Amino acid sequence: MRFDLILRVGAKLVLPFILLFALYVQFHGDYGPGGGFQAGVIAAGMVILYALIFGIRAAKQIAPPAIVEMMVPLGVLLYAGTGMAGIFLGDNFLEYTAFAHDFLHAHEWGIFTVELGVLITVCSTMIVMFYAFVERGRS
Amino acid sequence: MSALNWGAAEPHLPILLVMTPIFGALFSTFLRRGVLAWLLALIVTLSLPLMSITLLLKVLETGQPIIYKIGNWDAPFGIVYKVDQLSAYVLCVISFIGAVILPYARRSIAAEIEEPAQSWYITMYLLCLGGLLGIVITGDAFNAFVFLEISSLSTYVLIALGRHRRALLASYQYLIMGTIGATFYIIGVGLLYLVTGTLNFDDLSQRLSTAVADPGMRNATLTALGFIVVGLALKLALFPMHVWLPNAYAYAPSVATAFLAGTATKAAIYLLIRVVFSVFGTALSVEALPIPDLLLVLSLAAMFLASFSAVFENNAKRMLAYSSVAQVGYIMLGVALANQASMTGALAHIANHAIMKTALFLALGAVFYRIGSVLYSDMSGIGRKMPLTMAAFAIAGIGLMGTPGTSGFISKWYLAIGAIDAGLYSVVFMIVASSLISVVYIGRITEVVWFREPSPAAATAKEAPLSMLIPLWLLAGLTVYLGFDTRLTADVSAKAADILIGGIR
Repeated sequence: MRFDLILRVGAKLVLPFILLFALYVQFHGDYGPGGGFQAGVIAAGMVILYALIFGIRAAKQIAPPAIVEMMVPLGVLLYAGTGMAGIFLGDNFLEYTAFAHDFLHAHEWGIFTVELGVLITVCSTMIVMFYAFVERGRS
Repeated sequence: MSALNWGAAEPHLPILLVMTPIFGALFSTFLRRGVLAWLLALIVTLSLPLMSITLLLKVLETGQPIIYKIGNWDAPFGIVYKVDQLSAYVLCVISFIGAVILPYARRSIAAEIEEPAQSWYITMYLLCLGGLLGIVITGDAFNAFVFLEISSLSTYVLIALGRHRRALLASYQYLIMGTIGATFYIIGVGLLYLVTGTLNFDDLSQRLSTAVADPGMRNATLTALGFIVVGLALKLALFPMHVWLPNAYAYAPSVATAFLAGTATKAAIYLLIRVVFSVFGTALSVEALPIPDLLLVLSLAAMFLASFSAVFENNAKRMLAYSSVAQVGYIMLGVALANQASMTGALAHIANHAIMKTALFLALGAVFYRIGSVLYSDMSGIGRKMPLTMAAFAIAGIGLMGTPGTSGFISKWYLAIGAIDAGLYSVVFMIVASSLISVVYIGRITEVVWFREPSPAAATAKEAPLSMLIPLWLLAGLTVYLGFDTRLTADVSAKAADILIGGIR
């Protein structure tokens, strides 16, 4: 698709806004519809769109498979680690109360980190799945 | 034994029991070498039985269930983990089997799995273990579904990593059946949520007893029961919903087969007992439900038909898989009779069968490690070359028949007493008759292994390495030991059965 100028320029214009929208959905999850899962899928959608237009090789340069594969367990680790942090601070598993002085504030922090973990894992899982589909039958 | 001191971690043991294997799984994905991942898994899995034994002792000592509130949210609103006699006992069984296989696993995995996949294999093993422990420990119907999915998804991968190409097909078959089973379970849970507005097991049973007064709600509750029982019967491979199991066990890598045979169906059986007795049983009274009669017929069918299939099988792993279906039949028979003695037998058989069947599959794994096949034609005469392995196989096989002096006898004894208590003398006869069929299929492989001329493959075989023999003999020894000392199995089972049956009345 090297000569599809409109497609390439159009995509380049849209790509940053897709990522921005993903982050909006991520951080706005407390107040409106959204959260880590939806944001992760949208962010992965950006990489997938990039791969569709510029080719899988270019996509692998902005999202190297080795790093993306590491991100899958990393997000879960962040989630589970947040849970363990509650235990180390003297509370129960996944209890956020000790994260800040104020109860609500502490829970905002707790949910923020947990949702960040969800974002990382969902996003990287989508990309890994896409890579796996694209490479089917190539090697 | 209460000398085990966990210090400040003590109150958090219920969650640590689930999170330790899950953390182990996460960290082993970063270790790209099979050996390192295995070392990590070894440490993780060895710590789990210690935790579950501590929990069991604590529950037996106080007689009160241990409740752990996740995020410190109170019971009906948040998820709680509840450890009572029954769940602590099943936790011990699962974590013990998970730990005892690991020392064995190193060589078997090195031989059967290609290097880049080895650490993923270990990851899936730990994830599956964490999921199974989660099913047993949770006190929340939806959380149980999540853990059911965690363990199932990792099981599909474990099976698919088998060397034979048919492993993929077997895994796919199990994926379809397992997904249907999990879907049915969640449909049932959804209906219960509709009726009661809660997901907590204890809260469910309380609210159901008032909700069923309304005929419409009663119908919805019965529909939920139907969905849950069928869904879990698929997962625990109750006849005739067992068709996925023989292929899955036959083509999975040896370690996965031994692990799944010992633990996966047991966790599903636990969940069925938990839902039928602790949730529906208290609300609707078990006598009013059609479930026991149905389970009775199906488990008797499993005991006979699956045993017959095992007799005519020529692949040793498939033979044992069919035998597993038959043994699940024994456990479900005890559940269906639903009296004190039969329940004790069923629960004791959960542990006894897990130990015997894991020993049998570990022995076959050792054979596969040496000769690369578990077909009868290749295994003939292997007993002369691998006497220690096959002797352990024979001991566990004798246990499977239910011979006095082995643990299999204890559970069948209680089952028979339970059948007499229920006034079903024909069932006693059928327990003995189906045990005789197991004499035939174990006898047949014993004849092949010991009394025939060695096959070309067997002629060059050597005895299995020590790292495989020690776990194998530990389990074979336990088969005999638990036939004499029943404090760990039957006595604990009797206490758990007391609570389950007591909850109904």
